[in-house]
Amino acid sequence: MGGENMFSKKNQEVFVNPLSVNNPVTVQILGICSALAVTAQLKPAIVMGLSVTAILAVANVVMSLMRKLVPNRIRIIVQLVVVAALVTIVSNVLKAFVYDVSVQLSVYVGLIITNCILMGRLEAFALQNKPWDSFLDGVGNGLGYAIILVVIAFFRELLGSGCLFGFQVIPDCVYELGYVNNGLMLLAPMALILVACVIWAQRAFNKDLQEK
Amino acid sequence: MEHFFSLLIRSIFVDNMIFAFFLGMCSYLAVSKNVKTAFGLGVAVTFVLLITLPVNYLLQTKVLGPDCLVDGVDLSFLSFILFIAVIAGIVQLVEMIVERFSPSLYASLGIFLPLIAVNCAIMGASLFMQQRITMDPESTQYIGGVSDAIAYALGSGIGWLLAIVGLAAIREKLAYSNVPAPLRGLGITFITVGLMAMAFMCFSGLKI
Repeated sequence: MGGENMFSKKNQEVFVNPLSVNNPVTVQILGICSALAVTAQLKPAIVMGLSVTAILAVANVVMSLMRKLVPNRIRIIVQLVVVAALVTIVSNVLKAFVYDVSVQLSVYVGLIITNCILMGRLEAFALQNKPWDSFLDGVGNGLGYAIILVVIAFFRELLGSGCLFGFQVIPDCVYELGYVNNGLMLLAPMALILVACVIWAQRAFNKDLQEK
Repeated sequence: MEHFFSLLIRSIFVDNMIFAFFLGMCSYLAVSKNVKTAFGLGVAVTFVLLITLPVNYLLQTKVLGPDCLVDGVDLSFLSFILFIAVIAGIVQLVEMIVERFSPSLYASLGIFLPLIAVNCAIMGASLFMQQRITMDPESTQYIGGVSDAIAYALGSGIGWLLAIVGLAAIREKLAYSNVPAPLRGLGITFITVGLMAMAFMCFSGLKI
């Protein structure tokens, strides 16, 4: 690092900004597909969030190390191959250790390859910055994505099936009083509307993010 | 032939790429501000799907599947890398062919073509197709030949085109309405797509 402080103010910003004011999902509008598709339950959402964080951090470091070797014209292909190789590894690890979750995630693990967060961060950050900064950027953006996934999955699972992590949390006596689960929460449209609510809440608190 | 049409109709309305699987959402939200460009992107996506899916189908059944190249060897774990390479290669090829033979089409599609390489609708359709090859042949979702792959590609593409043109038309009108400040732009777009998805859910009862 050439004597530069590894946790300098700038590096802290690189790590913390994606968690809130520069969140990849709600502000940069990247990686929406999987954020909507895997959030019907908490467990797959967390597995997906961690997989993306791991792949993004490693891919960022690899591309940052190669940034001076790769000619500009073929960088997209190189990025795709690096990411595809990492996703293949993660997909096989998931199949080996958490098979039921990998079945639930189905094609969306493979779709991490085309997740715009990856290409976006590789293009915008890793190709211009040192490996350590790129690593922090990768972990920060991955966690920013994971936070949104967990928040949406929490509400969808709680209101849609009355469970968290598959365990029932809404007591039976509430159901006896006439409460029913909102089955619509588990379907596609409510995922979109919940993301809209998250964006609404974030922009109501942080006026700088509002669009004209 | 009957299976061709039921697969086509089913992938347009019931298994719609956007409303049922959220595929290709990034460019869907980014390029839906006016109908004309939205239509251009929709046509480009359909075009690329129509070429890549049959190629990926042949790749999966003749090269990658169990016992295809060498007996007792299953190469499916290579599918991610090969599929994305085929997609990126074909997008590049299509771009060059269109530029050479139809400069006017290139001028209108040009900016969108490179974007399509990382559009998850293309990769997603390839991966769904890979799952459907192993399905029960009686099911309407089964893909058992190149013609079925073409039907699925055409249906998915048209479904995506319908969705993006519909959203663009609504957003053009939405520009004149008074939306609460924190919801402006992205927020209200998500709610609109949610309501459109709810409307499309009525097709899920369709028996084909």
